[in-house]
Amino acid sequence: MSVGRSAATPFWLVGPGGLLFLGLIVLPLVLTVILSFHVYDHTTGIKNEFTLAHYAAVFSDDYYLGIFWRTLRLAALTTLICAVIGAPEAYILSRMRDPWRSVFLLVIIGPLLVSVVVRAFGWSMLLGSTGLVNQTLQALGFDSVRLLYTETAIVIALVHVMLPFMVIPVWTALQKLDPMVEAAAWSLGASHFTALRRVVLPQVSLGMLSGSLIVFGLSASAFAIPGLLGGRRLKMAATLVYDEYMHELNWPLGATIAIIVLAANLVIMLAYNRVIETRARKALG
Amino acid sequence: MQKNGPVALLFHTLVVSFVLAPLVVICLVAFTPENTLSIPTTSFSLRWFRAIFEHPDFVASFVNSLWLATLAATLSVAISVPAALAIDRYDFPGRNALNALFLSPLIIPHLVLGVAFLRLFALIGATGSFAWLVACHVVVITPYVLRLVMASFTGLDRSAEQAAMTLGASHWTVFQRVTAPMILPGITGGWLLAFINSFDELTMSIFVTSPQTVTLPVRMYMYATESIDPMMAAVSALMIALTAAAMLVLDRAFGLDKILVGQK
Repeated sequence: MSVGRSAATPFWLVGPGGLLFLGLIVLPLVLTVILSFHVYDHTTGIKNEFTLAHYAAVFSDDYYLGIFWRTLRLAALTTLICAVIGAPEAYILSRMRDPWRSVFLLVIIGPLLVSVVVRAFGWSMLLGSTGLVNQTLQALGFDSVRLLYTETAIVIALVHVMLPFMVIPVWTALQKLDPMVEAAAWSLGASHFTALRRVVLPQVSLGMLSGSLIVFGLSASAFAIPGLLGGRRLKMAATLVYDEYMHELNWPLGATIAIIVLAANLVIMLAYNRVIETRARKALG
Repeated sequence: MQKNGPVALLFHTLVVSFVLAPLVVICLVAFTPENTLSIPTTSFSLRWFRAIFEHPDFVASFVNSLWLATLAATLSVAISVPAALAIDRYDFPGRNALNALFLSPLIIPHLVLGVAFLRLFALIGATGSFAWLVACHVVVITPYVLRLVMASFTGLDRSAEQAAMTLGASHWTVFQRVTAPMILPGITGGWLLAFINSFDELTMSIFVTSPQTVTLPVRMYMYATESIDPMMAAVSALMIALTAAAMLVLDRAFGLDKILVGQK
């Protein structure tokens, strides 16, 4: 199998990349964990003493807890809405014929490649007090509503950005499903609803699970959307870290919050993986 | 093949409108002759596109982002191809750990990476350096390249290589003349995907750019938090056009669905 001449060959091949990643992933993360334990003084800056005060402060102060709670709540809501919209949309796409199928798949997942700043800006124009949404509402005889700089605006834009991450895994799962199986269920007397529930849904739910994992993780650490659509007062975890770093200049506290975000992300990923593995094992019997 | 019912098609239309709405609005507002963010109805104007060129900071950031993305994508390919070769074809201690390390930027939030890079740079005195910014981008985009290159190694027919070897070709010749042409689509696709991801990156870059190395998304973010005028729409429209062009190339060459669906 091996084409190498000596045992050292693979190390020469991965060496440059491996060193770069050790130096720019492992080392900075370790340094950041250490930084989060440093004492910070508002006049002298970062001191060479260590403390747990930042973690204690973050977990006891209502201000920080409120922002964490909002982050979790909005990320969960975004995940739910993405699942409710994304899964049926992927199913509809999978039932389309070419060329429509490829065209609309491109339309749905293509925006993934457009910068998040651009998409957030688009929504701030749509949702602003004189934006298109409010103009339409007024034209229809309704009062204008305040949307920009609200949690609603954040969730709408987050759903827009995250939707492809839900459609892609569900689509992939559906590709593995033979459409004839659904047809077989009908011919055996199952109603469309029963066929959908008993044949399609079990296949789709694995895709939805992995989609939810990605959507939740990315939403909880989203920066541009809450930054541009939440304004200065509606903060989420990422914008809070940015403020601690750039405006308060309290790096140790910012590092603490970043490490908590990372830890929460990893725990959720591991838990989800566990669930997915158990389900896959059950499915295999 | 079953068909979608009217309810399904209505739902689909709503979803597609939702997805396209902000992008369409940007492209329309970019052509407004007014001073406000309004959709032009009677006359169109290019004044806001011209306005971009009166902002040298935007032009500088654009050029900066182009260089950054080009260098980062190229370096990332240079690292990924040998790494993918080693991980795909050799069994060596630490192989799985390295593979996980290479893919880890997909799991670590960019916010955390930005904070971590900033700490490292502050300690080694590298803040504001363009070269280190490139290195950060290489780390963030390498997972995308690695995945596509790995996929093309895995799908490769080894018999052509063995044939060349039997005919007396050296390892390097085999790689250069047989293997490389076969993995070229994966490399090109990976390069383009990496380029786009680097060009669009905001959350990590905002922590590690200095006034001299501000990238276009960072500049746009800063500008949009201060004021909103139609020039932002013009810049955004240009970015959408650029992305659409790259998407078309990617789609023609490899099938965008394959590249994006293969990616997580």
